[in-house]
Order: sequence, then structure tokens, then C-alpha cells
Amino acid sequence: MMLLAIVVLAQVLLLAFQIKTDHSVPLIRYWAAAVVTPLERGGTWAFSGFGNIWKGYVGLRNARAENDSMRAEMQRLQLRNQELESQNAEAQRLASLLSFRDAHTETQMLAAEVIGSSSDPYSHTLFINRGEKDRVRMNQPVITPEGVIGKVVEVFPHSAQVQLINDPNSGVGALFSTTRTHGVVRGSGDPSPHMEYVASEEKITEGELVVTSGEDRIFPKDLLIGRVESSKTGSTFQTITVKPAARLDRLEDVIVLLSQHDFEAKKSDDISGAEEKEKQVQAEAAAAAAAAARASVPEASQGGNPASSTSSGAPSSATAAQQAPKGPAAKPATAPNR
Amino acid sequence: MLTIGERGEPNVEVHKFYSGTIIGVSLLALVFQALLHKYGRWAEWIDLPLLVTIYFGVSRRNPVTGLFLGGTIGIFQDALSHDNPIGMYGIAGTIVGYLASSIGGRIDTEHPLARFGLIFIFFHFHQAILVITHRVLLVQPERFFSLSLLLDSVVTSAFGVFLFAMLDRLRRPN
Repeated sequence: MMLLAIVVLAQVLLLAFQIKTDHSVPLIRYWAAAVVTPLERGGTWAFSGFGNIWKGYVGLRNARAENDSMRAEMQRLQLRNQELESQNAEAQRLASLLSFRDAHTETQMLAAEVIGSSSDPYSHTLFINRGEKDRVRMNQPVITPEGVIGKVVEVFPHSAQVQLINDPNSGVGALFSTTRTHGVVRGSGDPSPHMEYVASEEKITEGELVVTSGEDRIFPKDLLIGRVESSKTGSTFQTITVKPAARLDRLEDVIVLLSQHDFEAKKSDDISGAEEKEKQVQAEAAAAAAAAARASVPEASQGGNPASSTSSGAPSSATAAQQAPKGPAAKPATAPNR
Repeated sequence: MLTIGERGEPNVEVHKFYSGTIIGVSLLALVFQALLHKYGRWAEWIDLPLLVTIYFGVSRRNPVTGLFLGGTIGIFQDALSHDNPIGMYGIAGTIVGYLASSIGGRIDTEHPLARFGLIFIFFHFHQAILVITHRVLLVQPERFFSLSLLLDSVVTSAFGVFLFAMLDRLRRPN
């Protein structure tokens, strides 16, 4: 107890001294700091080290979870993006159809969706979701804003079958947009149809536009069919491959023309002068075609072919086009003449 | 543990610790008290140096040891806190250390509830000495009691029960 009193008294005196002289006791503070500070430094280092390790561990766990979450989010967004791209493409196709319809208000059109194709690999036909109930009838032209794709060959109540222009049994009355030389675009079974009955003397340039002639009474005049891809000169006629303007292998939405109205002539690079040029070329082309036809098949022109009753003595391209599905025997005896 | 000897006098069980334990734990208490303040105000609820003073006081049951241990820890606290003149905590620690050593030999200090009560009482006693010292020597108005002080005492007492149980493991077996 005495010791306690002495110790307490000593400290009270120490306190009194500090208060009286307004002096702290720097030596004691220095010693205390010298003892404790290194431990505090070590403790701080250990705490911060442990804290950093813990933060790193937690951060790593969080990063992994975040990574998984973001990966899932990315996959979800990729799917969503694909969905939107698909919707965008569909919207563009529909906008294109709408724009085409608006540009040709005089013609009654019906938008249709391609719902299937033929199971026969050699047959280039497809099914659309419009049929008799929608006023779809046989031989109505089917087009896209890019160009002609074919005609209706079978009509069902709620669907119809369309024969594409590259089907072997298809034939479309056609002409070159610049020279106005007539011919028949006939399917060959290949992706690209051929334009037939163009005399070898005709100068055909690659890339020239091929449009409907309207003489087959199916397709309105001046609908774009495609461009000349290549031409080979034969003894009488040229073998001209036409690249269809419409992507026949990627059809999704099409237009069925319910009424027949001629379309305005398609423009090519130099089509602005086509009207003037047409008259000059026309006579020359017709004469050449007629001469070639006479030279190649004289029997046909004289032999009971109903088409031979035309004024030029050769079948019109319309006759040729309509007869084309019947096979090679139905070929017109002469080159089409305008 | 209080037992009765053959002569009917209290046979006080004095616990011994491995060498360096008292100094090491006391230093760690001072260091942790300083360190934990950096990690939040919750550290202010616990008075680690006081807990160590009480624990070693009641365990050693030697008033001289308790007196010097409490005084030294208190002076270190004063020295490490720039605001306090040396001796504020020193006086309080000295008295608490002495009393803890004295009481440790008379009552059961092993039961958690007893420990809780002991710490609670010593906390407020320690606080009372500090307030008196402030009022008398420094002429500074300090409150004897506040709600936050009560909360601090409860938290310190609860934590002390766990700390004492951990420190029991540092005892040297008899």
C-alpha cells in the first residue's frame, strides 16, 4: 500500500511538474516511441500486407465472378445482336419492297414470303405464302425490287409455287436494254440462265442489262432480269449467260404482280441515250436476226408453225417464251424480232 | 481459483506465464490499440491496455507486479498520446493494477460472468480516476458517466471475456 502511495505520488508530482512548467517529458515520450514505433511499423506492414493479400484474393474471386458474368452477358448480347441484325435485314427487305410498291402505284402488287422450295435439286421452284385466296393466279410474274425471279406455275388456296427464271423449263421474253435486241431468257439448270436466239452478228457487251420484253404476255415490259455475264458466238446464235439481278438463291420476300403494267425502262450506265439509240440499232438488229434465222432453219419458217404467221415470218419472242417449257422442240424457228 | 488450505487460510493459486509473455502481450496491446484506431472508430470501444492490466493483475495476484505493470502501461499510453501529460493514465493504471492484483486473490476470477463484472467495474473505476485527475490536477471538466462510456464498458467487458480466455492459454502449466 505504501508502495502504491509512493508510485502514485511520484506520478502526481510528475504531472504537477508538467503542468506547472508547461513542459512535457520528452525523454519518456521518446523512449515509449522508440519501443512501440517499430512494433507499430511492423504491425502496419503486416496489416497492410494481409489486407493487400485479402483484397487481391477477394478481388480475384470477384474478377472471376465478374468475368463469368460478363461472358454470359456477352453471349446474351451476341445473340441479341444477331437477332437485331436479322430484324434489320428483314426491315430493309420490307422497306425495299415497300419502296418498290410506292414507286409503281399503278401496278397491283402482293408481297409474299418464301416458305419453301422444291425438293427436286434440279427444279428451281419455290413456294410462297400467298395463294388463290390472295388473288394469286397462274402465270403471274413474281419479282423482287432487284429484278424478275419467275412466275407462278401452281396455285393453291393459301400458297403458290413459283418457277424461277433459272429453272430448265422457264422462259422469259427478254431484250437488251441498249440495243433492244430480243431473245428468250431460258433456265439451264445452272444458277445463271441463258439468253437464247440472239444472232451471232449481234454485238453484245458484258454487263449489258437484260430486261423483259413483255411479249410473253406474262412479264410486264422493261422489268430487269439481269446483266450479261458472258457471251459465246456460235454458228447462228450466241450463247449468252445472264446473271440474274435478283439473288435467286437467297429469296425471302417477293412481290407478285397481280396486274399487268409495263414498267419504266431500267437504267444502265449509258441507258440515258437508249431511247435515241434504240431506233438506230433496232432496224439493224432485226435485219441481222431475221437473216440469221432464215439461214439456219429455213424449214421451220416454212413448215406450219403457228408462229410463222407473224408479219416477219418468224415466231415472236412471246411465242418462244411461252413454248419454252415444252422442251427443245418448241424452240422458235427464228430469232425474236421486235 | 480460490481454495482453502489446511490452516483455514486462503490458498491462492498464482498463475505463471512463459517468460516474456507479460511484456510481449502488454506491448502488443499498446501497438494494437494504436493500430486499430486506423481501421475505424470501433477500436475506441475497446481499451486493450486496461484489459491486459486487469488480466495480469488478477492472474499474478502480486500487488507490486500489478502496480508496476499498470503504471508502466499507463505511462506508455500517456507517452504515445500527445495530448496527455505523462501520468494521467499512469496513475489510473497503477491503481487499477494494484487493486486487480489484490482482488484477484480474494474472489473467483475464472468464470466468464465474474470476469465480465470485474472488467466492467474496473473500467468505470479507471475512468473515474481519469476524470478525477483531470478535474483536480488539470482543472478540466470531464463527465463521470455518459451513454457512450457505458457502451464502451460493455463492449470492452465482452471482448475482455474472450481475450482473457485466449490469454489463459499462455499460462504455464503448474
